[in-house]
Formats: sequence, structure tokens, C-alpha cells
Amino acid sequence: MGRYFAIRIGRAALTIVLVVTFAFVVLRLSGDPALMILGPEAPPEVLAAFRKAWGLDDPIWFQYLDYFGAIAKGELGRSMRDGRPAIELVLERIPATLALTLPAFAFKVALGIPAGIYAALHRGSGIDRAVMMTAVAGFTVPSFVLALLLVLVFAVQLGWLPSGGQDSWRHAILPIVTLSLGGAAVLARFTRSAMLEVLGQPYIRTASAKGVPWRKVVTSHALPNAAIPTVTILGFMVGTLIAGAVVVESVFAWPGVGRLLVVAVANRDLAVVQCILLLVAMTMVTSNLVVDFLYGFLDPRLRAKGAHA
Amino acid sequence: MPLVSIRDLSVAFNGVPVLRGVALSLQKGEALGLVGESGSGKSVTWLAALGLLPRHAKISGSVLLDGREILAAPASELDHVRGGRVAMIFQDPASALNPVLSIRKQLCEALALHRDLTGDAVKAEARRLLDLVGIPDAARRLSAYPHEFSGGQVQRIMIAMALAGNPDLLIADEPTTALDATIQAQILELLSSIRRETGMAMVLISHDLGVVAENCDRVAVMYAGRIVEEAPAHQLFADPVHPYAQGLIGALPPLDGPRRRLTAIPGTVPDPASMPDGCAFAPRCELAAEPCRLATPTLAPIADDRSVACIRAEASRRALLGIAAE
Repeated sequence: MGRYFAIRIGRAALTIVLVVTFAFVVLRLSGDPALMILGPEAPPEVLAAFRKAWGLDDPIWFQYLDYFGAIAKGELGRSMRDGRPAIELVLERIPATLALTLPAFAFKVALGIPAGIYAALHRGSGIDRAVMMTAVAGFTVPSFVLALLLVLVFAVQLGWLPSGGQDSWRHAILPIVTLSLGGAAVLARFTRSAMLEVLGQPYIRTASAKGVPWRKVVTSHALPNAAIPTVTILGFMVGTLIAGAVVVESVFAWPGVGRLLVVAVANRDLAVVQCILLLVAMTMVTSNLVVDFLYGFLDPRLRAKGAHA
Repeated sequence: MPLVSIRDLSVAFNGVPVLRGVALSLQKGEALGLVGESGSGKSVTWLAALGLLPRHAKISGSVLLDGREILAAPASELDHVRGGRVAMIFQDPASALNPVLSIRKQLCEALALHRDLTGDAVKAEARRLLDLVGIPDAARRLSAYPHEFSGGQVQRIMIAMALAGNPDLLIADEPTTALDATIQAQILELLSSIRRETGMAMVLISHDLGVVAENCDRVAVMYAGRIVEEAPAHQLFADPVHPYAQGLIGALPPLDGPRRRLTAIPGTVPDPASMPDGCAFAPRCELAAEPCRLATPTLAPIADDRSVACIRAEASRRALLGIAAE
């Protein structure tokens, strides 16, 4: 068991290093922060001074080593725009993002999982077809289209809710709904197919054949098995809590991490972008680790394998 | 009164008939073999009787258990019958147990449903059952999961689970098909020793005629969703009447006597979606005559405890005796 997790933690660390490296290289090859921040009219000597101050004229491998040396000391760099530590800028945006993504996650789970289970148990019924059609619509419509549609109906036509900003809880409703619907749709479809797969297994018939009432067959025999694949997708959703709202935050002018990322990329505010990506990679990797751990908890077959691995 | 009495049981999936009026009865303590090719409806008969078919199956007819109709019985009553009066074990033991639940949980669940046992008594009974079916070190093995057992052991656990409710009847649906020959013999021996001790009746569904001959008092032969012949086991094997039953038995190598050519039944089972008119076996039958294609023959008694569904039964019997005389 210990080795199973040691290997996984090692892989997780490698993933984070790769993500950060990739972001580091791509950002530096795709534009000059000095030009972006100071503007094309800035005199050449000012641009040169800016590049020297931020170490942008050093060779890229040198900057890279420098960057990792700083991380080792716990420094994630400063924003080139206002000189504040990047981590501070990012951290102060996180509550706003979580104010959208956490309730959205709760709604996704509360809507998607029961809908998927219900659809599977009533396969072929009108409700099953309705749930599946909604689900297909839910994940084929891009979130910005859905967001604009909701704004059009509830802000412009009906005037019930504000179309953007962060002044009251009412401002959060449309972004949360936008985020929830797509995720709930994915989850409903996934849960449904996981349940259908499990309900067709011989052990479900065995449980019925020994006299277990159907309701209990579902709760104590089918659900624990269907939970195994469903946990995978839930883990992925947890991984997107920090940066999963980039589009929605932009559409609704919500000052969260997602909007900060868009602005920082546009400005080539390198330290800020890298800091966000590092954070995103870490949440993704952590939630994957938790999923791996849950697998072992949910599936005794993996538990046994892990013990020998 | 027979323990189970099935009358005119029919099942159709999406309009395609797979059972076409099965009639069968079973006495207390009796061992009945049900033989026939795959798709002939052996398993479906009992899955339908116990309400274990998917909802889209159209089922009609009557299944009496101790004189009580169970075919359209409410779920609560069926849950009591299943596992409590009639238990069932299946072909592929490896997938018949829930992979994420421990053996203890699955065994105790059955005990809690059908026996008035609580707490330590449940665990003690679970251990006793595992001992009974020959799982060594039962106390420790109870906390193991299905994947930690071999196929033969899992089938033993399935049998233990089936016995948990002290059933009057065990439906063993190809219980040894997925197992090695040596394990197969052990499982069958286990089943018959349990029957000797408990007096439980058994339906042994199999396409292995040898297994049925050794373990059953009576045999029913199924073909294309019907029973075509029913007889005491020794009589059926010595003197099959229905041409299909003759074909099945003719395809077995004899253990004694002169070597002879094994006969095969020509053709294949008809597609249930396009059954021929009249007798379903007629297209493959050497003795088929014009009337065979007109009406479906009904199962009719030909001796005290034998019946056959064939209008050429007499001719068929003579033909068999003729072959035997040569």
C-alpha cells in the first residue's frame, strides 16, 4: 500500500514539474512582456531596462534554473505590472472563484448523479429520454453560449438578475447556473452508463435471486459498483475548482482567478500566469491522488493489487 | 400436491417468443434435470418463474408453488420466495458474486433476509455454511472478497448462499459448466450430499447429459421453448422416444457395447423470430411427415410417468428399436 502511493506521489510531482516547465517555455517564446506591458511606443532604452530588471535578457535555461531556485525558497515571483508578489494576487482572487465553483460543484453532484441513476433505473422511459436529451444539450452547448443565452433571457428580457459584476449574491446566480448545467449533464450521462453497466452484471441477478428487495439491490449492490467509475469524473471536477471558470468569469465580469489568468496571459505577466498554472496543476494532481486513494477504498480488487505493487 | 407446478408458461422478448407454453411439475425432494441446446429456454423458464427476467419480457401462464400462484405475485412476496423457498445458482460463479462486498456481507445478507437470526448467531451460521460447503478456514475466509477465491470455491460460496434460506428447491443453472472437470465432479457431489441431508428438491439445468443422468431422478428435454419429452432418467437414456431426445442421446458415445458411429442432428435450432409452423423440430427430423408441419404437438402421456410431444412417437419408437435390433 505504501509503495502504491509512493509511486503515485512521485508521478504527481513529475506532472507538476512538466506542466510548469511547459508553461515557462511557451510563455517566454510567445511574446515579449516588456512590449506588452510598456506598449510599443516605449523608448528602446526603457524596454531594455525593463528586460534587465526582470531578467528577461538572460538565456532561457538560466531564467528557468533561477525560477526553480526561487520556488525552492518559496518565492513565486512578482507581478510585472504592479510589483506585488504573484501569489498574493492569485490568493486574493481565489475566494471569488470558489464562491462560484463550490456551489456549482454541489449542484452538479446533486443534479447529475440522481438524474443519471434515475435514468438508468427507468431505461427507455420518457424521463430517461428527457434526461439524456438535456444531458447531450448540456455538454454540447459551449459554456459561453449558455452564459449568453442565460443573460439574454434572465438579465435582458426578464430583467430578474444582473448580467455581470460581483456586488451581491444575485450576481452569482447566473454564473453558478452556467457552470452547474454543463457539469451536471456530463455527470448524469456518466452515472447513467455506469449504472446500466452494473445493473447488467450477473451479481445483480444473484442479489435479486436471493430475495434482496429491489431498492436494496440498487443501494447496496449496484451503487457501490457504479461509484467506482463515477469517482473518476468527480475527481476531475474537483480538479477544476480553481481554474474551471475562466470562460464564465470572463463573460460575467466576475473577478476571480479565471479572469486574472486571462488578463495575465494577455499581458504576458509571467509570474502571475506561472503561479496560477502551478496552483491548477497542484489541485488537479491532488484530486487525482485522492481519486486513486478512493479507488483503493471502493474496490477491494485494486486494494489487493496495490498491496503487491 | 406438487412443490412446483408450471402451466402454459410463455415468455416473449420484444415480440419474439422464447418460451412457448412450458408445462412442468416437480415433487418435493425430487431432482429434475432440464436438458436442451442453448437457447431452448431452460434458464428462462426458471428466471421467468421467479420474476428475474428484465421488465420488457412478456410473461404469461401460471407457476404454482405449494398451490400458490407466484407468477404475478407482488414484489414483497416474491422476495420471500426467492432465496427463502427457491434458491438459484448460476453458470459463471466468478461474476455471480458482488466484487466489492465481502463474502461475510453477502452471506449474512441472505441469512438476515430469510432467517430469524441476529448478531453473533448470523456470523456463526455463516461460518457453519462455509464449513458445510467445504471452504477451509471459514472464520478467516469470511472477510475475504470474491476475487480472492478460485472458481470452484466461488461456486461453493454461491451454494452456501443459496442454502442460507433453507430453500425447498435449488435451481442449479449450469452450475459446473465454467469449471474444470475435477472441480465439476466435486461440486456435483457436494450438491447431492446436501440433498441427502436436507431433502431439498433440485432442478439441474445442463446441456451435459452425463451430468443429468447421474444426478437426476427425472429428466425433461426442451427444444425451442417447449418441453418435448419428460421421463424418469434411466428410461429416457435407455429408451428415448422423441426424435430430438434420440438425437441428443445418439450423439453420446456409449461406454459399453460395440463401438458405433455417433449420430449428429442435422441442421440448427430454428430462429425464435421465425418458427416453422407445426412441430419446431420437424425441419430437422428424419421421421417428419406432412401432419407434423400442420399443428404443434402437445405433451401427452405415453406411459405412467412419461410424456412426449410428438405425433410420430410410435413410429419413432419403432425406428429406435429397429436400429437397436440390427
